[in-house]
Amino acid sequence: MFSGFMVNAWTVGSIVAVVAGVVGFFTVLRGSSFVAHAIPNGSLAGAAGASLIGVSTLLGFGVFAGIGALGIGLLGRRGRHDVATALTLVVMLALGALFLSLSSEYGPEIYSLLFGEILGVSASQLVPTTGLAIACVIAVVVLYRPLMLSSLLPDVAAARGVSTGGMQLAFLLLVALATTMTVPVVGTLLVFALMIGAPATARSFTDHPLHAMALSVAVALAIIWAAIALSYTTDYPVGFFVGTIAAAAYTSGRIWSAWRRRVRAPGQSVRTAGPAVKTPGLDLGL
Amino acid sequence: MSATLGAIFAPGFFSSSQVQIAASVGAVVAVVAGTVGVFTVIRGQSFAGEALGDIGTTGGSGSFLVAVGPLWGFAAVAIAAAATMEMLGIQRPRGRDVATGVVLGAGLGLAALFFYLIATNDNTTGATFTIVFGSPFAITSSSVPLVAAFSVTALSLIVMLFRPLLLCSISPELAAGRGIHVRLVGALYLLALAIAVALAAFTIGTILSTALLVGPAATALRLTRSPGRAIAAAALIGVGSTWLGILMAYDSYDWPPLGNGWPVSFFVVSLIFVAYLLAGLPRRRRVSSTATGADSAKLAAEPSRG
Repeated sequence: MFSGFMVNAWTVGSIVAVVAGVVGFFTVLRGSSFVAHAIPNGSLAGAAGASLIGVSTLLGFGVFAGIGALGIGLLGRRGRHDVATALTLVVMLALGALFLSLSSEYGPEIYSLLFGEILGVSASQLVPTTGLAIACVIAVVVLYRPLMLSSLLPDVAAARGVSTGGMQLAFLLLVALATTMTVPVVGTLLVFALMIGAPATARSFTDHPLHAMALSVAVALAIIWAAIALSYTTDYPVGFFVGTIAAAAYTSGRIWSAWRRRVRAPGQSVRTAGPAVKTPGLDLGL
Repeated sequence: MSATLGAIFAPGFFSSSQVQIAASVGAVVAVVAGTVGVFTVIRGQSFAGEALGDIGTTGGSGSFLVAVGPLWGFAAVAIAAAATMEMLGIQRPRGRDVATGVVLGAGLGLAALFFYLIATNDNTTGATFTIVFGSPFAITSSSVPLVAAFSVTALSLIVMLFRPLLLCSISPELAAGRGIHVRLVGALYLLALAIAVALAAFTIGTILSTALLVGPAATALRLTRSPGRAIAAAALIGVGSTWLGILMAYDSYDWPPLGNGWPVSFFVVSLIFVAYLLAGLPRRRRVSSTATGADSAKLAAEPSRG
């Protein structure tokens, strides 16, 4: 399980989990799950287009992830944000359907793009993945404070000169960067399940942003490690395990927070309090 | 005259039974999707629609495994997923995108398993592509009664719920104050959404179903503020794009580079998107000239992060 090609799977899986845990934390905080679904899914079209004109798939993913981020950002300025996201996604996917139908040999590969083949990761994919992951983490470190402030308290952020629109665009590009690096290796499904499942679980256990982010990374790592091990043992696709384990983790988080609330405040309605980050208790260090 | 017509409608367009089925099923589905879609856009639930469509992939691949019609699979799984989302708390604005996302992730995980089982059972790699991208030309006449039944169900739900649903969508507090069971209305609406999305997925593929659901409705709501007129406009735009898309796909049969036709879904989605952009043009001019007018019915006003 830890020899030969499996070393690549463990390494890449861990890198992907760290990036998904960190970027996903902001995604859940901003309530932008749809974006985290749309950009990776839409970037599939880029891979299909790249194979059609014979350039690197990674380039195709990068270009289309970027186009998706900008498209959502531009369309979202006027009109509703979820509609903008949905339309950007379907236009990219329609292009993907066109590219796929124009190239005669690409069909079967669509499966691995959608669902990932982490066990088939080659050593040559390690270098670009690691490089992009480092870029992603640096971007998060640089953007941490303004992004956190504009996600939680947009009005305060605007008053302090942090542009809400600018931060939204920065966030979208961050998701695009994370997509470019993770989707070619693990498929759109794995990224999305990790990006949403892990941070959503973490937020049930702690309200402190840095703790939540660290916990989110830990949960993402646990999910992907368990999934790789189970996939290796049973031969079932790794995406199946990632999706179901992430859902199980989220459910356990929900049960835990409901139970804790009941213990703390007996007699109060459990339903009314969502798994929200309680802003007064936040230590932003400002 | 006939030469021009011949250039627009390639020979055999009107006599082909495939085209006839595609055009009639496409029109019915576009009307259902447009009607339900107007509420989807007003309620800011595009992501739920998209997720239910994508989860249709699970139903499509599952129905492939147990050898029932794909539409049954799309509908059964979409309804089950809608019920799960409802239980996880989609009715709350905060946290509902996460509830939707987690259900979507789990559903796609199952789809991965089903596709794997299909591939190991009979070595067909085409199943993924067919289910995910779909084509109205592949619809057989035997599925028409089922499409009709599902369409009538979804439309009757919307007609029965129309007034309470509208009130719940615009102001849940007001609706609750008038004694409307907001959560029940929301749950019934989700049922209609699941059926509409299953129909759309059946027609243009699971991952493009959102286009029929959200595109025409969002375009219509840019053109008019009245919900009734918006539904009519959305249905018209949906039917128009579907028919024009089918015609273009039929004409594209001998287009380069491969000469086996361009996908219908590509044309339909492109037309819908162009309509959305065009509908934004007059509004942009109006908004800039009259400042931001405070509309009495602020249907599309509340921006929601996707």
